[in-house]
Amino acid sequence: EALVINDPDFQHEDLNFLSRSQRYEQAIRKSALMVMKLREYGIADPEEIYWFKSFVHRGRPEPLDLHLGMFLPTLLTQATPEQQNRFFMPAWNLEIIGTYAQTEMGHGTHLRGLETTATYDPATQEFILNSPTVTSIKWWPGGLGKTSNHAIVLAQLYTQGQCKGLHAFIVPIRQLGTHEPLPGITVGDIGPKFGYDEMDNGYLKMDNFRIPRENMLMKYAQVEPDGTYVKPLNDKLTYGTMVFIRSIIVGDSARSLSRACTIAIRYSAVRHQSELKAGEPEPQILDYQTQQYKLFPLLATAYAFHFVGAYIKDTYHRISGDISEGDLSELPELHALTAGLKAFTSWTANAGIEECRMACGGHGYSRCSGLPDIYVTFTPSCTYEGENTVMMLQTARFLVKSYTQVISGQRVTGMVSYLNDLSTQRIQPQRVAARPVTVRINDPVSLVEAYKARAAWLVEAAEKNLQAELNHRKSKEDAWNRTSVDLVRASEAHCHYVIVKLFTAKLSEISNAAVRAVMTELCLLYALYGISKNTGDFLQAGILTDTQINQVNQRVKELLAVIRPNAVALVDSFDFRDDHLGSVLGRYDGNIYETMFEWAKKSPLNRTEVHESFHKHLKPMQAKL
Amino acid sequence: VNPDLASERLTASFSVEELTARLDGGAEHTRMRRAIVGAIESDPVFSRENQYFQSQNERYEAAVRRAVYLQKKMREMGWTENGPEVKCIYRWLSGDIALLLHRIFMRSISVLGSEKQVAKWIPLATDYQIIGSYAQTELGHGTYLQGLETTAIFDIATQEFILNTPKISAMKWWPGDMGRSATHTVVFAQLYVHGKCYGVHPFIVQIRSLQDHLPCPGVTVGDIGPKMNFEHVDNGYLMLQNVRIPRENMLSKFCEVQPDGTYVRWGSQKINYFTMTAVRISILSEEVILPLMKACTIAVRYSAVRRQSKLKPFSGEQEAKILDYQTQQQKLLPQLAAAYAFHFINIYLHELFNSGYQEIQGRNFDSLPELHAFSSGFKAMVTQYCTSGVEICLRACGGHGYSLLSGLPSLYTKVLASCIYEGENTVLFLQTARFLIKCFKAASAGQPIPPSVTYLSSTKPRECPAKDKLDFLNPDIYMKAYEQTAIRLLSSSAAKLQHLILSGVEKHEAWNQCTVQLAKAAKAHCHYLTVKNFVATVEKLDNKAGIQKIMKHLCDLFALHGIFSNAGDFLYDGYLSGAQMDLVTASYLDLLAVIRKDAVPLVDAFDFTDKSLNSALGAYDGQVYQRLYEWAQKSPSNLQVSPAYAKYLKPLLQNTLSKL
Repeated sequence: EALVINDPDFQHEDLNFLSRSQRYEQAIRKSALMVMKLREYGIADPEEIYWFKSFVHRGRPEPLDLHLGMFLPTLLTQATPEQQNRFFMPAWNLEIIGTYAQTEMGHGTHLRGLETTATYDPATQEFILNSPTVTSIKWWPGGLGKTSNHAIVLAQLYTQGQCKGLHAFIVPIRQLGTHEPLPGITVGDIGPKFGYDEMDNGYLKMDNFRIPRENMLMKYAQVEPDGTYVKPLNDKLTYGTMVFIRSIIVGDSARSLSRACTIAIRYSAVRHQSELKAGEPEPQILDYQTQQYKLFPLLATAYAFHFVGAYIKDTYHRISGDISEGDLSELPELHALTAGLKAFTSWTANAGIEECRMACGGHGYSRCSGLPDIYVTFTPSCTYEGENTVMMLQTARFLVKSYTQVISGQRVTGMVSYLNDLSTQRIQPQRVAARPVTVRINDPVSLVEAYKARAAWLVEAAEKNLQAELNHRKSKEDAWNRTSVDLVRASEAHCHYVIVKLFTAKLSEISNAAVRAVMTELCLLYALYGISKNTGDFLQAGILTDTQINQVNQRVKELLAVIRPNAVALVDSFDFRDDHLGSVLGRYDGNIYETMFEWAKKSPLNRTEVHESFHKHLKPMQAKL
Repeated sequence: VNPDLASERLTASFSVEELTARLDGGAEHTRMRRAIVGAIESDPVFSRENQYFQSQNERYEAAVRRAVYLQKKMREMGWTENGPEVKCIYRWLSGDIALLLHRIFMRSISVLGSEKQVAKWIPLATDYQIIGSYAQTELGHGTYLQGLETTAIFDIATQEFILNTPKISAMKWWPGDMGRSATHTVVFAQLYVHGKCYGVHPFIVQIRSLQDHLPCPGVTVGDIGPKMNFEHVDNGYLMLQNVRIPRENMLSKFCEVQPDGTYVRWGSQKINYFTMTAVRISILSEEVILPLMKACTIAVRYSAVRRQSKLKPFSGEQEAKILDYQTQQQKLLPQLAAAYAFHFINIYLHELFNSGYQEIQGRNFDSLPELHAFSSGFKAMVTQYCTSGVEICLRACGGHGYSLLSGLPSLYTKVLASCIYEGENTVLFLQTARFLIKCFKAASAGQPIPPSVTYLSSTKPRECPAKDKLDFLNPDIYMKAYEQTAIRLLSSSAAKLQHLILSGVEKHEAWNQCTVQLAKAAKAHCHYLTVKNFVATVEKLDNKAGIQKIMKHLCDLFALHGIFSNAGDFLYDGYLSGAQMDLVTASYLDLLAVIRKDAVPLVDAFDFTDKSLNSALGAYDGQVYQRLYEWAQKSPSNLQVSPAYAKYLKPLLQNTLSKL
């Protein structure tokens, strides 16, 4: 970190004042420099590269992201040794800059729908790549618009007149040397977006573009010179990459929300407003109950997500060990769980960042607060790597499957093991959740049970509705669609339970008593706030009574007051440096107003004392009227 | 037209044209609006096609140019500043124009100025000899007006006020059009006469020279820098150092400092707040509800064009429209229902305020507390709801929603600002809550209460009588449920407040401890009134051309979605049972499928032109992909050669090996 921060080469003007083209240029400059320095310092470990990169770019996207994050790893995992010889070193040395072109204009999450074709021509031993429709134009890949000279393109493979499904091809797109698009290739930038200004997300259209047979990534599936297709052995392995990327998004949710909380809480401690008691000085806005109610549950959430992110990462590493030994048994559950957690945490963090921004009033809206930037950088994660609703439904599919197993007498393991309890309950006519649970609202362990009961109740309700639809309608798919709102609710409840459970489990691992005490308060706040926001479920399922709901609401407010004295310390613990936060409001020293004035003076509109628009438009108008 | 959209329009259950006319307030209004929109759109100066590609400087300049050109256009067309056309023009422009604060400047002079002041300033402003702004918010203070720190000290010797920014947090910050354009502004400052403070008053201050536009002596003024949106507006800062203005520049319709320094007041001080109160309501239509309507139009049309996965995997049929997925319907259709609900509540509020304005002009301030409570609560609820609604629409459009060319990001970043300006929402809810608590106490004591809150004194019924899911399509059933919930949330807050005070907690501290609950109660109150007004509106419609039927569906959806989303509040204390909540859910989900069939016609009825939507995803013809592709090619990033290649990429690509 210090390596980067103290390096003058990585400094630049405030990004907020730069145009999109300037931001792209700055990012490229820093990326080029970064690659040099990585080599210079001899950094090669992926984890270390990730950290180095995140300090250079301060957590922002950059045009080489896809080269480093997708192009190189895909070569490593899917290329044959011969292909690695040809492409890997040039790519490592950046003679080849690559991107990963999967998403098309017309299709994103639903991969089978992709329309780009790669037709094998045995006569020349080449693949002919085509974008047959407007919707098939590759759209969104990062680094494609202006930066890359190669792309790994996903296309439907046709050989011997048959479609063999999606496969990956290495396609050169720009002339080495001149960087001009090759004949048959149309490539460009997709235009301005909500954030990601420094990224040249691009489009790619191919017209009868030919590549040699050897450019298909053939470690698994193969096309032989005569056009014979050889099937891959196992396709479950791709799960691993997806789990990995989703675990990164969960960690991102935690980090982005922590940054937003840091800014909002520090600012709330500096901002004074109005009066609580007539005649007294204006209090810090952090002393208002409504402000605490906005921010402290988010602070608790940020901590909760940190623990969840760490859990997934550990589990992934543990299971990856198993996978390399050929044991895939835990993968389906982890895959299903990370899909839901990716959606749950990114939705929550997304809303939380906005809540933090709103809690900063008007100044939160200024780009100097840093909050708009955190938001626009984070919010696409609700959509990329699997649209959140689709993710929730994937988790739901697993839950329903587990539930069906339990009903048919099998036991299930892992996070869904609570469903096992349902089989004993089924003898009774009433719903499972009508079973009285004695909830002790000051005991996290007891709250985990309450969340568990809610999840069980919603999974069962969704499954019942699904059955009812099946009895009424013709097809499974219609029934699934007509139950999907219930299914998403069940998944959310399941994820919520998992998070409360993981947070609670973490408490016993903390040895320092003072830290444990404050973490227990946050854990309680997280769990109780979640109940107070979803009272309907807990009441309807008969898990909590009206009186208990009252106590929960009351306890939430008491906890706000308990956490208040530690609030700033709790965000200081996230340990974000000022230049990493990039926020005038969130400065460690709290010197807000002076800095804001200094910042504003640099605004592009202030470059001249009288703006040229006055001479061009306003003055002539006054003269004419 | 894309056949996927054409087919949606063939099956409309009602007449789109008829509904558009209702929304406009009559077919003749629709004709007039279209004529005006046509006139504006045919003029290339008003084209917004390039706005997503422009820098802050370019957008500001374009907005100023449009503002100036609009004056010319209005003269040509014979449109007047107070005519019915203006509303249509601003609806179409949707704020993408400079000098909007000039209008606020003029309005505040009209409302707060003496006859003499109006006679002096309004003609100057009308002819744009001066350009005005409105400077209230400071760096350190926004919503809490009494906390403003700018001072205006009366100097008897010269008969002038001396204005000062005593410290950095007192700098005016945010006022629109002030950073670069304005020559004058209405400054709100603490008035001091003979060392005594009389509170916040408005003063007209000249800030730039009328000759060379340079800041006047003692004035430091500039732009506050980039924001989340409003790049075209020069929100400004203003520092005043011993700036002197004549005594006559204090706006004095309701109070005045006389030459000898005597402070006289006629009428209620509350009048200062009426402008603000009215502004809160006036922003709702154009700045808050309209963005939601546009977002719904874009998202619904796109969802009818976008196909994703097959609902039946192995059948030969096409991939399904994403609008056919229940989860997609659940995201979009409640927003659509809300857009209609808020359109109707907005009409109601305007009627209320117009009659209130008449009374106040006659110096009868009786209705002010209720109007104030209305404006606060509804501004907070509607802005909050519409903001989240627009964001839901954005995220419902997958990746393409994030492209600026979808139009959705700019709608979102614009509408979300409305949650903060003209009063921060939480503070506003609490103002409404204060009013409600007063009324609740009065009702309990048997005293008369304003008409909007008479329900607070209704008797407590036992339980909801609904037995079947169809019962929940009966407005009396769901209105009663909303009413009960609103009453309970308020009465429990009142009881808690009372309890705390009786147990010795100081009043202000007791209030602070109840604020989370109180804000919730205020929101429930506004939500209830919105449902009630929607029901009343539907009842007044005749069923010509199928309008009443579809509006009834939307009204039911709005109401049931509210219950479904706040289930706990309705289950608590058993007004609704768990079984009834299942019926609500069933009824709600059934409605989604019903309204789905009319979704596209329902957004067509908003009647936005393609140019006003300015969206590749939302155009009427549904040629989404073609438009997106062609538009992206016009991006400056594709027209100019980026210097980055020659400067950084080329050396990187060609020389790295030698350097390593």
